[in-house]
Amino acid sequence: MLAYIIRRLINAVITLLVVTLVTFGIFFGVPKITGSDPALLYIGKTADAASIEGIRTKMGLADPILVQYGKFLKGLVVGRDYSSGPDVIHCPAPCLGYSFKTDRLVTPTLLADIPVTLSLAIGAAILWLIIGISAGVISALRRGTLIDRAVMTGALAGVSLPIYFTGLLASAIFIYWLEWLPQGQYVPFTENPGEWFVQMLLPWITLAFLFAATYARLTRANMLETLGEDYIRTARAKGLRERTVIGKHGLRSGLTPIVTVFGLDLGALLGGAVLTESVFNLRGLGYQALDAIRANDLPVILGVTLIAAFFIVFANLLVDLVYGVIDPRVRLS
Amino acid sequence: MSVNSATDRPFLEVKDLTVRFETDDGIVQAVSGSNFSLRAGQTLGIVGESGSGKSVTSLALLGLHRTRSNAKVSGEIWLDEKELVTATDEEVRKLRGGKMAMIFQDPLSAMHPYFTVGSQIVEAYRVHHPSANKKVARERAIDMLARVGIPQPERRFHDYAHQFSGGMRQRAMIAMALVNDPKLLIADEPTTALDVTVQAQILDLIRDLQEEFGSAVIMITHDLGVVAELADEVLVMYGGKVIERGPTIDLFQRPQHPYTWGLLGSMPRLDREVRDRLNPVKGSPPSLINLPDGCAFHPRCPYAGRNGDRSFKEVPVLIGGAHSVACHLPPDLRNKIFQEEVAPNL
Amino acid sequence: MSENLLEATGVQKHFPITKGLFRRQVGSVRAVDGIDLDVRSGETLGLVGESGCGKSTLGRLFTRILEPTAGKIVFEGQDITHKSVTQMRPLRRDVQMIFQDPYSSLNPRHTVGSIIAAPLQIQNIPTPQGLKKAVQELLELVGLNPEHYNRYPHEFSGGQRQRIGIARALALRPKLIIADEPVSALDVSIQAQVVNLLEDLQNEFDLTYVFIAHDLSVVRHISDRVAVMYLGKVVEIADRDDLYKNPRHPYTVALMSAVPVPDPVRRDRAQRERVLLTGDVPSPINPPSGCRFRTRCWKAQDICATEEPPLVTRLEDPQSHLTACHFPVVSDEVVAGRRPQPASA
Repeated sequence: MLAYIIRRLINAVITLLVVTLVTFGIFFGVPKITGSDPALLYIGKTADAASIEGIRTKMGLADPILVQYGKFLKGLVVGRDYSSGPDVIHCPAPCLGYSFKTDRLVTPTLLADIPVTLSLAIGAAILWLIIGISAGVISALRRGTLIDRAVMTGALAGVSLPIYFTGLLASAIFIYWLEWLPQGQYVPFTENPGEWFVQMLLPWITLAFLFAATYARLTRANMLETLGEDYIRTARAKGLRERTVIGKHGLRSGLTPIVTVFGLDLGALLGGAVLTESVFNLRGLGYQALDAIRANDLPVILGVTLIAAFFIVFANLLVDLVYGVIDPRVRLS
Repeated sequence: MSVNSATDRPFLEVKDLTVRFETDDGIVQAVSGSNFSLRAGQTLGIVGESGSGKSVTSLALLGLHRTRSNAKVSGEIWLDEKELVTATDEEVRKLRGGKMAMIFQDPLSAMHPYFTVGSQIVEAYRVHHPSANKKVARERAIDMLARVGIPQPERRFHDYAHQFSGGMRQRAMIAMALVNDPKLLIADEPTTALDVTVQAQILDLIRDLQEEFGSAVIMITHDLGVVAELADEVLVMYGGKVIERGPTIDLFQRPQHPYTWGLLGSMPRLDREVRDRLNPVKGSPPSLINLPDGCAFHPRCPYAGRNGDRSFKEVPVLIGGAHSVACHLPPDLRNKIFQEEVAPNL
Repeated sequence: MSENLLEATGVQKHFPITKGLFRRQVGSVRAVDGIDLDVRSGETLGLVGESGCGKSTLGRLFTRILEPTAGKIVFEGQDITHKSVTQMRPLRRDVQMIFQDPYSSLNPRHTVGSIIAAPLQIQNIPTPQGLKKAVQELLELVGLNPEHYNRYPHEFSGGQRQRIGIARALALRPKLIIADEPVSALDVSIQAQVVNLLEDLQNEFDLTYVFIAHDLSVVRHISDRVAVMYLGKVVEIADRDDLYKNPRHPYTVALMSAVPVPDPVRRDRAQRERVLLTGDVPSPINPPSGCRFRTRCWKAQDICATEEPPLVTRLEDPQSHLTACHFPVVSDEVVAGRRPQPASA
């Protein structure tokens, strides 16, 4: 088991390295080949040659691409110094460089965005797990009935309607028509938990609807498969109550594949739920990413990409480890 | 394995058992009108090929079709003076795993992969002994593992099914079935997935345990050899019907139904000289959705036309005494065919 | 003596087992561990043994689906031990395989016609009467309706699917067919039909069969010679009647006595004479030293642990044949089974 964990960890680190290499290559290497200049993006096209040169030196953009990558990696791990003539600015690890647009360090900017994204992802995840799994289980147990068909129709709507549609529709209904929820802005949890909850409710519901739909379908399919297994028949033949058969023997294996999907979904969302955040004007990582793309703010885009990649790789690692715990066939082989 | 006195009623009595499944393709006539009975301490062998209705019969006895909404079970199942077809779900559930228990063909898929073998046996015990605490149940489980011949039962208690060998796994399955001292044990192809030397061990174990516990056993199998070794009485099923029933020795020495002849003719046997050719039944088993008119076996029966066209029109009923058969051939003609045409080739 | 179609000498197949952080090889599954075996032209050679004895692996080595770890395989005088896939292609015409599971060995998305035609197309075999006609002839040959060439595998029963598998194997008119448990997934009556079909085809096309099965009765019925395998080794090999009448290896004796006899009158006798082996087959990763059967053998002595018995014929025993045992069973020997009974039984 220990060897398994170590092997997974090494794999995760290698994957992250490759991700940095590829993203760095795309953002800083490719422009060099195609002739567009990151320094121009930073300072603006109207700048004179001297200031562009100054930026190049300061940012290290004049170095060969591999040297730049090396410095970037070093920045990530131990931090780096930027010097423009006399003054030296230290960028502490993990250093993602400076925003071209705001001239501020990227890392703290992004770190400030994380709570918003985290609020959105975790809250929605709790909602969709509860709704999706229970709908899926009920659907599987009542296969072919009206309830099953209703759930599956709802689920089909959930997976096929885009967020910007359901989000706007939900806002229109709950805020402007029924007036159940107030208009407003994101409020940090630490400031006012009640207001935070009220403001997050609609984004949670909207995002959870999409995922709950997928999870209901997945759960239904897994449960139906599990309920057809021989060991379920054995559990019944032992005289176990139907709720033990379903609740213990059925759910235990029916929900195992959900763990995989959930880990990956949550990992991906933590890197920013671009559509939901922009529909509800939540200044999280996804919103930041969208802003940065509009402004050609390469270091920020790179930073968001790396954070997203980190979360996905981390989630993958976690899923593998959890699997080792819940499935004795993985653990003991 | 003594036959009980004629005065006491059979422990299990099945009357006109019929099981149907409604599917998109039509109604599956899985079992139609089975009758049989079984006394305590006796072994009944049910033989048939896939789709003959033998497994469906056993699941019906345990009431396991109740969870399938498309299944319709009718007839009567009397287990120890209690009728099960009309009993409530809860009543049947309490009997399942208690008074009647079942072992299945493939013990690897029949055990839950995520729970230890021990905990699954404990669970089976505690559901029928709610007052037993964990420690008592655990000791009982370990005791059962030891009794079915699993070495180091305390250690194996904590293992998962995939860590057992095929034979040990089936032993554990038997331990789980016997943990509540069932009066009726149904074994559905318990050795089909096992190697022949392991099969011999398991059959031996079932025989010993039956003597020890005095339970009635229903042995469902496609292997006439297994039946010949274990059963006191045999049912032969075809197309969802019992087509021949009789005491084991009688049935093997004087088989009555042409299908039974076909089964015997299909088997190469180690206890006889090698035959030049096997004499299989021609064709394939019928579809249970669309059973042939008349005798379900008539399209494959070489003798179907020997007695007019009754076989093509009329469903034969099981008639006779201890050894009965569902066949339109008159007994004299049947005996003559068997003596002259069939027996020399077996 | 007819000549040998295939000769295997000292054939081994070890599957490596890796472990730990760097996936070091810590051992190997010795599935086939040194086997000398010839397949004679025109015969049916039966390979019997329980799961894990290596019989299927040996079959796959013969067809060179697997490459041996050591040893040598010669087919019709040609050394094919290490031939590449491309080099093997012409030989694929001569050696074909039939599989156990007629459900998973046929592609469900292809029609029966295209499944059977595939080997002809791959090998560029000219079909003067046309591909469709050739396929239909094959279908007819195996007892299927030639009109059904456009149907899909799921429209056939298990027995019919096995016939499709046989038609596919037969398409190239091979010399040698390796049949790996070809009837064990089938119902008894269907089993007999397929066995009869295999026998008919053998007579018609001069086929040589290697028939791999765990069912001793079926193997006895169809084979001319039988090899008994245990833990990657051949422990006994002889002409069919010799082997079944005078088994010499204790394992063969145990195996045969374990088969249930479909005769209730002889029930008690069969049980008395049964040799009940205790325990399980040891792991092929770490097989016992010396004779591999010694851990379950009632005749085992000290020498069995130290010296591996060679596969030889004992001259002092007139009914002897190739047996790998230090203390072979002799005829009428009272076997020390579980239920020892007086000889009068």
